[in-house]
Formats: sequence, C-alpha cells, structure tokens
Amino acid sequence: MSNLSVLIDAPILLVQLVASGILVGAIFALVAYGMALVWGVMNIINIAQGEFVMLGGYIVFYLAGAGVQPLFGIPIAAAVMFVFGFALYRAVIYRIVGRDMFVSILATFGISILLQQLANQLFSADIRTLPSGLPTLAFDNGMVTIAGVKIVGFVAALVVGVALFVFLRYTRIGRAIRATAQNARAARVLGVDTDRVYATTFALNGAICGAAGGLVAMTWFIQPYLGLTYTLRSFMIVVAAGLGNLPGVIVAGSALGVLEEAAGFVLGAEYQTAFIFLLLIVLLIGRNALLARQRKYLR
Amino acid sequence: MNLGAKRSGIAVLVVIGVLGVVAPWLLPTIVTQLAFLWLMILFAVTWDINGGQMGYNSFGNVFFFGIGVYVCAVIQRDSGLGYYPALFVGTALGGLGAAIAALVLGPAILGIRGHYFAIATLGLSIVAADVASAWEYIGAASGMTVPIFPGAIGDRNRFFCYLLFALAAITFLAARALYRTRLGLAMNAIRDNEDKAEAMGLHTTRTKVFAWCVSAFFLGAAGGPVGNLVGFIDPRDLAFAGATFGVWMVLMAVLGGKGTLWGPVIGAVIFHVTQEIFWTYLLGWQRVAMGLVIVVIVVFFPTGILGSLSRTRRAETVPATTAKSAP
Repeated sequence: MSNLSVLIDAPILLVQLVASGILVGAIFALVAYGMALVWGVMNIINIAQGEFVMLGGYIVFYLAGAGVQPLFGIPIAAAVMFVFGFALYRAVIYRIVGRDMFVSILATFGISILLQQLANQLFSADIRTLPSGLPTLAFDNGMVTIAGVKIVGFVAALVVGVALFVFLRYTRIGRAIRATAQNARAARVLGVDTDRVYATTFALNGAICGAAGGLVAMTWFIQPYLGLTYTLRSFMIVVAAGLGNLPGVIVAGSALGVLEEAAGFVLGAEYQTAFIFLLLIVLLIGRNALLARQRKYLR
Repeated sequence: MNLGAKRSGIAVLVVIGVLGVVAPWLLPTIVTQLAFLWLMILFAVTWDINGGQMGYNSFGNVFFFGIGVYVCAVIQRDSGLGYYPALFVGTALGGLGAAIAALVLGPAILGIRGHYFAIATLGLSIVAADVASAWEYIGAASGMTVPIFPGAIGDRNRFFCYLLFALAAITFLAARALYRTRLGLAMNAIRDNEDKAEAMGLHTTRTKVFAWCVSAFFLGAAGGPVGNLVGFIDPRDLAFAGATFGVWMVLMAVLGGKGTLWGPVIGAVIFHVTQEIFWTYLLGWQRVAMGLVIVVIVVFFPTGILGSLSRTRRAETVPATTAKSAP
C-alpha cells in the first residue's frame, strides 16, 4: 500500500496510469466484443475465448520468428483463427447451440483446457515476449511514459472495431447475423441460413481474438495459461456493458484497463489478477442486488 | 421405491463398506490412488448437493477444499498439539471454517443465478488461489509443508486412505439422509423453479445457504487429510486447483448423472480409473486427453450414465413421470 502515498504525492503518475489503462483497455474491449457477439447471436458463453487470444499470440510470435513484422502478422493470425473458429464450429460447437447454458459453459471449458494443454505441450510453458521495436514516448521530463506499442495496439484495436461495426451494419451476412441475434426463429422463417450465420459468427470471433492475441503478444507476453484471465475480463466487460452495446463495451474496457493499472500499481502485481476477479464478483453481486429490489435477477 | 430396491441399495452400501476396509490390505501398491478415489467420490457427491439437486452449478467449490487444506496446515504448524490431536482438530476446524465461509458468502453469491452464478464462483476460486499464492503467512507461492507422520510411509498412506474413506462414506450417507428430508425436497423445488418455490412459502435463501454450507463442510474437512497425504501444499496445484479438482468435480457428477444419489459416485469411479490410465500411458499428454474427454462427455452424454439409463428404462416400462430416480 506504500505506493498509494507515492500516488498522492505525485498526481502526475495518475495521468500515466489512466492513459496506459485506456490504451490497453481497447484490447480488452476487442476480446469482450467478440464474446458479446457469440453470446448475443448463439447464446453461448465461450470460456475458450482467452485461449483463442493465446493462440493468436503464438501465431504472431512464430511468424515474427520467421521474419514477419508483428504488425503484418496480426492480419495473418486473424485469418488463421477465422479458419480455426470455423472448423471448431463444424466439429463441436454446432452441437451445443440451443442447448442448456450449463452444457455450453462446460463444453467450452473443456475446449479451453484442451487448447491450453496442447499449447503447453507444443510451445512449452515458457513466457514469450515479442519485442515490438517501437520507441517509448516520454512526456513531462520522463514522469509520464507511454510505450509506443500500446498506442499502436490501441489504434489497431480501433481499426478492427470499426471494421467489425461496418461489416455487421452494411454487409448481407452482417445483417443476417444481427437478424439472427434478434430472433433466430423469425430469421429462419425468412430464409436466413442460421447454421451458416452461427459458423460465420464463431469464425469471426476467432478472427477478433486472433488479432487481439497478436496485440497482447506485442504489449505484454504470452504463455499457455493466460487464457482464463482474458475470458473473465471479457465476461466482466460484457456484464457491465450489456450485450450488443459497442460503445458500452469500449467504455467498460477502458475503465477495466485503468482500474487494473491502478490496482497493479497500488497493491502490487501479485494481487492484480486477484483484484480483477474480486471486482467481477462484486460487480455481479452489485448488479444482482440492484435487480433484486424489483424481484428480478441477472439472466 | 419398493422394498426390494431399498434392500439392494443397502446391500450395495455394505459391499462398498467392506471393500473400503479390506482394499488397502489386498492392494497395498495402490493405496494412494485408492485414497484419491475416495476423495473424488467426496468431491462429486458434495458438488451434486448444490449442483445437481439444487440446480446451482458452481465452478468454484474447490474454494472450500482449499480453505480446509490451509486451516488444517496452519493448525498443525501453530497449535503446538501432538500429531494426531492437531490433525483431527485441524480437520474439524477446516470443515467448520469452510462452512463459515459458505455461510458468510452464501446470501450474496447464491442470489446470483444460472451461468452468472457459475462464473462468479469460478472467479471466487481464482481469487482464492491468487491470494493464497501471495500471502506470506501461509507460505505464498512456495507453499507449505506438513508435519512428518510418526510412523512408516506405508502406514501413513493407509491411515489417510482410511480417513478419506470414512469422510467419503459420511458425506455420502449425509447427502442420502439430506435428500430424504423436507429440506431435500425444498432443494429440488428450487432447482425446478425457484420463483414458484419461493411463492409457495419456502425460505429459498436459507435453504440454498444451508445446502452450500453442508457441501462446504465436507469439502473443508477433506482438505486436511489430503494436504497431509500429499505432504506439500501448493496453492494452485493442490489447495485451490481450479483447473483440475474444480472442473473434475463438476465433470464427475455430470458423467455419472447429476441430480441422482448414485450418479456422482459412479461418475467419480469411472473418471478416476480413466484418469489413472491416462496418467500411466499418455506421458505428458494426459491433460490434453482430459480436455478432450470433457468435451466428449458434455456434448454427447449431458444427462450422464444414470440419466441415459433411466431414460431408456422408463421408456420401456412405465410412462414418463417427472420424478427422478432417487430411492
């Protein structure tokens, strides 16, 4: 807690935490938006979300090892993860669409364990980092420093977000996805091939996670077991923002980024993840308590 | 249920009881695995108390197990009692501590329903793992060791095997007794329709918290003996092992058939044997195979072994009723 007094003595550090938090929050928001998409359209909570991010990170990492500039590796990772998501839908996920939510949570939990153990076997448990080669920007005589890669990550996350928005809004399949989210049965009656919509949605989520994974590998590090934290962060952002609410997801993502940076600074890095999950529980209990006044509950 | 089924049920219990007493002498090479088999049965049965019977699918019940592990280890380290008194006091207090945790957290967390409850409890177990691996008093990430057993290593394993057998048996009998009371019926009513149950005048929150406390108590009590059997307490790999124990307990209950009395037991036995085979023959790849098994079980056998059995039997003989196949 001694860092709290440092923060009070030097409020300029707060600027650093907030700026850095907002920048990394965009990456969280990206992953969360993918989760909200799958949740809203297919009614599945994808626990393997974080593992998709992890796989995307490894793709960019190994491409960089083969001489591909990380920023160009990101679209490739997204394309590979798109195909992966599609294949996974055809293999497993289509069987759990429309089933009990408990089944889908447990099944994707199994997929998540499968992927993380597979990554552990294939890529080893070592922590990998990807030097971005970008300079760190300093302001106010070095009191505030922002890693250039975080700004790049932020911009890239925005680009992906805008592309996704345009895709869902103006393309034919995007419209079909939104129609299915609103009312799958009505969409089917009107001739929408919902199975194809589900496959596309899940593949799209894979692509989003793949891109986010590349950004994660550039900004922090990747290792086989990091998935669950990203899954729970996404879940938290979606719960806070609500389904199908892109601005809300961005705001909640930034807020989470700032809170996390602040908690990591004040409490120390070893309590940072504990703090996130405690926040998740408090958020769920709090929202539920508000609803309980009207004799409702989270659903 | 008729008298014959009841008699055969008691006969099965007696056979299992005799096996539990004799097995460590007949098969001295696999005493540790046997001890873990009893633990797995205890895990599955306690999970099913609130997951299967009450419809509250917790992914974080390993939280209570971890509390038990640490409470017992701390008492053994700090109380200054002899080996056996410290162990038994620690085991009892471990159970009590876990039950108190359930009592304190229950009213807030059990208000959350469905998948939100599942994720909230998952978060709970991860918070506990993170805190335990950062808290110096309980050894932080480097874990804790337990006092050395006064006796030969074979005696030690056999002793803890019997202790866990006794705990698992008590847990099973307690759950069996619980399901026969009005409280058990109230739990089933909450599973079937919580709003209606409340409208009928059931104290749903009280019932839910009580059921959670029961499963927390037995999980916490199991913590002490397991910590001592393993000998070294790692916060993430033993005490709050969400990715292994935490998921396994859900899976075993689902595999056997959740919401039945014997389902979790059968699921635990099959799961444990499969897992031991994996551990022996799939060096390094056993956890990958485990993930695959989870997906296959959940996707293809969501009602479990007993669930699919009772469905086919019911289809053949009597017209479908909504009653479940509890004795």
